[in-house]
Amino acid sequence: METLEQIRERLLARFPGATVTLIANTAAADQPSLLLDAAHARAIAEWLRDDAELRLDYCSNVTGVDWPDKEIVETVKTTVADPANPEAPPKVVETKTKRLQPGYLEVVYHLYSMSKKHGPVILRLRTGNRTDQVTVPSLTPVWRAAEFQEREVFDLYGVVFEGHPDLRRILMWDQFKDHPMRKDYVSPDDFEWEPTPHGEVLERAKKHYPPPPAAAMNEGGTA
Amino acid sequence: MSSSDPSTLNPQLSTPPAWAGGSGPTVRAVHDEFHGDLLEISMGPQHPSTHGVFRMVATLDGETIVKLKPVFGYLHRNHEKLGENTTYLASMPYTDRLDYLCSMTNNWAYALAVEKLAGLNVPERAEYLRIIMGELTRLVNHMCLVGFLFNDLGTSFTPLLYAFREREKILDLFEALTGSRMMCNYQRFGGCRVDPTPEWLAAANKVVQNFPRFLDEFEAMLTGNEIMLARTQGVGRLSRELAISAGITGPMLRASGVDYDLRKVDGYGFYPRFDFRVPLGEHGDTYDRYMMRILEMRESVKILQQAISEMPLGPIMDPKAKLRGFRPRAGEAYGRIEGPKGEIGFYLISDGMPNPYRYRVRPPSFVNLTVLEDMCLGHTVADAVVILGSIDIVLGEVDR
Repeated sequence: METLEQIRERLLARFPGATVTLIANTAAADQPSLLLDAAHARAIAEWLRDDAELRLDYCSNVTGVDWPDKEIVETVKTTVADPANPEAPPKVVETKTKRLQPGYLEVVYHLYSMSKKHGPVILRLRTGNRTDQVTVPSLTPVWRAAEFQEREVFDLYGVVFEGHPDLRRILMWDQFKDHPMRKDYVSPDDFEWEPTPHGEVLERAKKHYPPPPAAAMNEGGTA
Repeated sequence: MSSSDPSTLNPQLSTPPAWAGGSGPTVRAVHDEFHGDLLEISMGPQHPSTHGVFRMVATLDGETIVKLKPVFGYLHRNHEKLGENTTYLASMPYTDRLDYLCSMTNNWAYALAVEKLAGLNVPERAEYLRIIMGELTRLVNHMCLVGFLFNDLGTSFTPLLYAFREREKILDLFEALTGSRMMCNYQRFGGCRVDPTPEWLAAANKVVQNFPRFLDEFEAMLTGNEIMLARTQGVGRLSRELAISAGITGPMLRASGVDYDLRKVDGYGFYPRFDFRVPLGEHGDTYDRYMMRILEMRESVKILQQAISEMPLGPIMDPKAKLRGFRPRAGEAYGRIEGPKGEIGFYLISDGMPNPYRYRVRPPSFVNLTVLEDMCLGHTVADAVVILGSIDIVLGEVDR
């Protein structure tokens, strides 16, 4: 199979407006990946699937990764000469600057080819932030294999897949509010609590029936 | 499906059914302007044929399924979050609980992913042990599948008990070696946990040698069975194109005629050293999926015989591998093997800490469920039970 660098060059030649970034991987397994921009992702995915040399017809794994906002502390060392004593060696002053690297959600696709028996080619899509710009194009129309796995990413990470045929929660129940795989998810104190008809029935029952006999007996004071 | 209000048909049916939080019946009428009145039935989550807590919401036209949505997540425990909050090694016993019939292959896939991440090598003897354990697991899984498939066909436990009788012998082997029948927790990063004695290998050899005789007996009862043929041939067809697009893997993919077996394609472990064939189906129906399992068991026996007889001596752990204080350097890796149910993969991102930053399981039966609706359309509810049985799901892995 071609290297990812060659694939990237062919992609850029085929889609001149697209931004395709090669993301290096420092682990022992040399599995670098390609970061696609949302506008061209669907077209590029279709091209990767149908290209005669690549034929990446099998989308094995789809998953989400949460990268929260990260505070990066940068230390800059500057040498300042002492104005009072110009003979002395200059002082080294460290200034720390804090910078907030905005977080995002990432969707990772592992592609293989069943007809050519090669792979993997790893694609990544990123959302704008973690709160209101969480939409990425769905690749389910390209590979049906992404259908349930994208639903899972939607459920557990809150990434909205535009163009997914049936985007619903899949593992958590429909009334669930948060996205439990996010790094900043805090689990509720009481997992079991949910509004049930039982509770409402109890409330109604309290209005309808007289107070329980124990209270009535205390009022009489004869016991 | 039309969105017209079902209450126009019958006001009593406007209450949502019990599973949707209402008090209505589990069977309700759905009005569709093309088909007239349809019935929506909810099979499961407590239903013996769904192999666990799994639900199918089927819409029926008469007895024919026109729509079917699988609903799951009842066993969801956020396995991936647990993996992110524990050390790499501490996740190993948790992987046993994913697909609790095939703990050995789950361990193997996880160990392989971590070895790819950290760059560990596996000694030769450990690779042989992994192959022996993996293929014994394949026998266990396929026997269970065939037994339960016949249960779904209505044979009420007879083939299943024969299958369990043989499975018991393999589970005894697992117990003798690892201390546990099902939750084996056997693989380690860079090797295996315990080295079998020569007596254990002799016992394993005996089980393997006797296995083909059991298979012949099993097949004589089942494969040509008239009811079996009538109920499974042509039922739940899965086309080659859809199987590839939907990411189906394992025996289910090969039943549709796609030659894709990771033992051959990736050649992980020492599989290229062994002589075995990959059986392929032609029709992609339930019968082919049954036959794939039977034929794969025969090929597994061939691999096992070779592995046990050629087993080399030597260490079973990579000396570089650390059990305590294991911190792979930052990066990511995806490792996958051919599990009995299909491709089981682990995707790990490390940030240099003792626990993974991201720990993802690619479960084969979860992805294989994608095409359940496509295979069931046009069949009856009784067929849907058999089709689900032939997919081979384990809810511990689907729901995670």
